[in-house]
Amino acid sequence: MAEVKKLATRDGYGKALVELGAQYPDVVALDADLAGSTKTGMFQKAYPDRHFNCGIAEGNMMCVAAGLASTGLVPFASSFAMFAAGRAFEQIRNSIGYPALNVKIGATHGGISVGEDGASHQCCEDFALMRSIPGMVIICPADAVEAEAAVKAAYLHKGPVYLRFGRLAVPVFHEEGFEFKIGKGEVMRDGTDVAISATGLLVYEAVQAGEKLAEMGINAMIINMSTVKPIDEELVLSAARKCGRIVTCEEHSIVGGLGEAVCAVLSEKLPTHVRRIGVNDVFGESGPANALLKAYGLSAENIVEVTKDFCGK
Amino acid sequence: MHQTDKKSLEILACKVRLGIVESVHSARAGHPGGSLSAAEMFTYLYFKELNIDPKNPQWEDRDRFVLSKGHTAPGLYAALAHRGFFPVEDLTQLRHLGSYLQGHPNMRTVPGVDMSTGSLGQGISAAAGMALAGKYQKKDFRVYTLLGDGEIQEGQVWEACMLAAHYKLDNLCIIVDNNGLQIDGNIAKVMSPYPIVDKLQSFGFHVETIDAHDFDQIENALNIAHTVKGKPTAIVMKSVKGKGVSFMENNAGWHGKATNEAEFEIAMTELKAALAELEGK
Repeated sequence: MAEVKKLATRDGYGKALVELGAQYPDVVALDADLAGSTKTGMFQKAYPDRHFNCGIAEGNMMCVAAGLASTGLVPFASSFAMFAAGRAFEQIRNSIGYPALNVKIGATHGGISVGEDGASHQCCEDFALMRSIPGMVIICPADAVEAEAAVKAAYLHKGPVYLRFGRLAVPVFHEEGFEFKIGKGEVMRDGTDVAISATGLLVYEAVQAGEKLAEMGINAMIINMSTVKPIDEELVLSAARKCGRIVTCEEHSIVGGLGEAVCAVLSEKLPTHVRRIGVNDVFGESGPANALLKAYGLSAENIVEVTKDFCGK
Repeated sequence: MHQTDKKSLEILACKVRLGIVESVHSARAGHPGGSLSAAEMFTYLYFKELNIDPKNPQWEDRDRFVLSKGHTAPGLYAALAHRGFFPVEDLTQLRHLGSYLQGHPNMRTVPGVDMSTGSLGQGISAAAGMALAGKYQKKDFRVYTLLGDGEIQEGQVWEACMLAAHYKLDNLCIIVDNNGLQIDGNIAKVMSPYPIVDKLQSFGFHVETIDAHDFDQIENALNIAHTVKGKPTAIVMKSVKGKGVSFMENNAGWHGKATNEAEFEIAMTELKAALAELEGK
């Protein structure tokens, strides 16, 4: 079997931003001293006159982005998820969300796959924080190709968008030219016994799990739920109707993320049993990214275990 | 400034004060003290300084004003109403359920409001963003923002100041309303932001200090701001909180509360008398 190409979703972000910049002069980028890490350094290099480093001052950066957007520009403001969604939450809520300004937040280094930096930098709360803001769109692409397409879709969407990217290089499985639709889940594999709805780097793990489960006689539907908000209600309900059981997988706390978003839809419209795979309301720790993902149950193996148990096998 | 110009501005400022007192009274809540202390500045900005068009509030080349101290919306709304952005009668709808005149400025509902504010420390950053946009797009519009002297205790204010100087935003003018009082009392006792002028200068601003209630000084400082190149300008204006209503002046208790019926009558009588005197009636 050929080696799978691996790229971090943040690389897709950087690449797409440069392409958007070539096409649209209203695209500007802001950073808080992490342009190299967030990959917006690529944009800075290509268009130095419309990249604004704000220094280590994320709250200020979000409001500067709001001011830029109020004049008709389309700013992409970047930092690590911890400092974008975490530190600058109230600035995003009041200066971007409330006035519905056209700011795109490019948050990289989401989740525990940040790795060695440890818990202080492993943001597993950003979906929860951003979901609480009315009108905020939340996208967490599964690979670099989807990330590129998502960034372009975010540009075309009028209003605030929170884009969550990862630091870790992960397998690329979308075809070049993939078209992203905000609010639409992607069925990666059809199935009837259980639906596994995943987001971010867990989509690839879920697909791998789906193959192993099939060998065990469990026919799992696998969904890439890259838009966490607005959630694809129709797909959640049709998967529940068809499979009767749903597993959710996210590199995020089980509190306030994709799992709870899916549960909210189901509990009101079609009560269905759900198992949530995520970071179990604990802080992360230092370690190599892949070892951490395994240790915290964010792997194909654990998805197989949980799903097998869920299906009574 | 010509005496007749000055007189007409003083009349307008008095009308803005009447609008503040009436709107806060009708809302049964709001922030009269810091609205009244900046009444001359609101008046000068909207009637003399800003290049704006009340018939086209979204005109893209307009000058921008961001009320960073968003709780003094009654002052901004009164100035906007008298300038023709919306009917003066609507001021008494302030803070009412369903009203477009929200308690703090809402750019999506109030014509003429350039930025939604209310959370202190954020408006100045947005104003810096607008000024940055003007520079990138090579547009001539200018951006103004008004801050409270208590507000500058917010660290974000200084992050924004750093950015404004770093990007040489000479199209940005920040105004600090130094009325000396915040909710919990004297700013020097609560958490001193002094020396304000030295701090702003060391952050890279050209600084002018003026009497907030003197139109000649306001005009002079804003004219100087136009000539300053390569750095932003800050105007620190010494003001009297609650200016124009005797029992509100220099009283922190009037930072954020409405008058009762008796107080309202006294305030209106005082302001109407001042207006009549200005109008020579």
